[in-house]
Amino acid sequence: MTDDQVVEVQAEPTPPRALPEQAVLRAIADEFEDIEWVLSSGQDVFMLPKERVRDVAQAANEAGFEMLADLTVTDYFRQRSPRFELVINLLSMQHRLRLRLRVPVPVDDVQVPSVVPVYPGANFYEREAFDLFGLIFEGHPDLTRILMPDEWEGHPLRKDFGMGSVPVQFKDSHQVQ
Amino acid sequence: MTDQKDKRKVDVWLTGTEDPGWLVDSTDEGAQKMAQHETSTRLLDQEGLTITDDRLLHEDVAADDELMIINMGPQHPSTHGVLRLNIELEGEIIRRSKPIIGYLHTGMEKTGEDLTWLQGPTNVTRMDYLAPFHNELVYSLAVEKLLGIDLPPRAEAIRLLMTELNRVSSHLVALATNGMDIGALSMMLYGFRDRERILAFFEKATGLRMNHNYIRPGGVAADLPPGWQEDIEFILEKIPPRMAEYEDLLKANPIWLGRTRDVGVITLEECLAYSVTGPTLRAAGSDWDLRKAFPYSGIENFQFEVPVGERGDVYDRYRVRVEEIWQSLSLVRQIAESMPDGDYKTEDRKIAPPPRARIDESMEALIHHFKIYTEGFQVPEGEAYVAIESPRGELGAYLVSDGGAKPLRMHMRTPSFANLQGLPVMMADSLIADTVATIASLDPVLGDVDR
Repeated sequence: MTDDQVVEVQAEPTPPRALPEQAVLRAIADEFEDIEWVLSSGQDVFMLPKERVRDVAQAANEAGFEMLADLTVTDYFRQRSPRFELVINLLSMQHRLRLRLRVPVPVDDVQVPSVVPVYPGANFYEREAFDLFGLIFEGHPDLTRILMPDEWEGHPLRKDFGMGSVPVQFKDSHQVQ
Repeated sequence: MTDQKDKRKVDVWLTGTEDPGWLVDSTDEGAQKMAQHETSTRLLDQEGLTITDDRLLHEDVAADDELMIINMGPQHPSTHGVLRLNIELEGEIIRRSKPIIGYLHTGMEKTGEDLTWLQGPTNVTRMDYLAPFHNELVYSLAVEKLLGIDLPPRAEAIRLLMTELNRVSSHLVALATNGMDIGALSMMLYGFRDRERILAFFEKATGLRMNHNYIRPGGVAADLPPGWQEDIEFILEKIPPRMAEYEDLLKANPIWLGRTRDVGVITLEECLAYSVTGPTLRAAGSDWDLRKAFPYSGIENFQFEVPVGERGDVYDRYRVRVEEIWQSLSLVRQIAESMPDGDYKTEDRKIAPPPRARIDESMEALIHHFKIYTEGFQVPEGEAYVAIESPRGELGAYLVSDGGAKPLRMHMRTPSFANLQGLPVMMADSLIADTVATIASLDPVLGDVDR
């Protein structure tokens, strides 16, 4: 190879954006540029930034996902950089489809738009996520603890919240007279 | 019954805003207390700064001092566990209510992160203690989804047999407690008596009446006991005539009808909005059943129908449960008759332990046995959500694996937790005497709610 030969460096063509098969999901994905569709264990998942949660939920609701089946959080402590992941499971009865929204949430910025205005059934679930993981849902009508006592400190399902134990002293314990 | 228009008007007034939103805005503020009525609009009214005579002249309107907040539970015999309700009364009419939960919270999701995949069913079976097999099944299905394994047909048939029998026993308790709360005490005795027959079979097959830890990732723990056909035959012989008897007892009983018809109504639209599933959703007029929509464990090979109600009241929920018992009994018969031969757990020795006899003969079997019970098996990295139809509704398991021997996250979507959100809707503008009937018809299990 001589120096005269100009090697054209071609920029690798960006792969076309993967889109889901079902028309319903495709319509939602088309509407938002920043949604990424992945297939996880054969189930449809949308990865999205947290600012878009309510917009995507609204679009999904209008596209026929009538019910919010589940809302929960995973804590990838020391495994991933945005530490938390908000997981919303939507259910469409008319299309017989499930859709999962996964939203990375960093630990130093736990504000997420609430989906209660779209799905009132998210009420208890967001309170649970707040209670056990400390995520703050903006626009939730009543973001209080639901399972733990009101005065509890910390968020127990975080990975850095220890299991804790109470030592049980069998020997020399208080004797009933 | 006030009609729908009036109801909404009262809600709007209670919310203190002109926005006729969902009840969620008006019921909740603070974990332990209800919202104040002194919203800015109310304060302006009280200070006389706005003229709102027409609202104050409305006959439904009561001043704040005519409203009374009473507390019901957590130690109340009709709340099916440690459910606590704050109820705001205007005279005898419930205006708002708020379920307060968490009294049975034992951190089972946290515990689940500390148990191996094989120990998981021991934990989850204690959530919904009236339908333990369903909890074990949904957990095992989610683990198998992550593992990507298939099961021998006999394992799946045993799982279906057990879960459908469990549906019968759970609905029998629902009928029994529903009867007891309304005053039909004989129904309570009958329901528990018949459930005992099914529990006796469970005890024979699994060793325990409840919390069986029988369905595990990779199959079931043991084969059906010798003579199981006769036991099933006995159950199928005894329960249907009894069920017919209970139909005579309650179906057209005027007292029962008076206590349940048009009581605790929830519409289909409200069910969808508040994530209410199961018999409550079907009583409201939807034929949504996960056994039909997303079949699991080969249930699509059997014939059954999905009973649907019309009005969404307590009576329809009672009817749906009774019909589901009949359908499940028919399913049990079909499954028992077509029970295939073969293995009851997968042949994959990395997941299911070898038979006891093999351990004495084979070094490898001993190693597999040792590895499974000390370290556990590893599940590939990934996450999956699997849901089945439990007697209370959609029971889901969301599992996340980081490739280790324990789950990174184990979350159960329990139906009672979501169904409780529909309770304030059902109870709004109804009589306080109907509260217990409404709670019983929802059939919440507080272990399932609080986990």
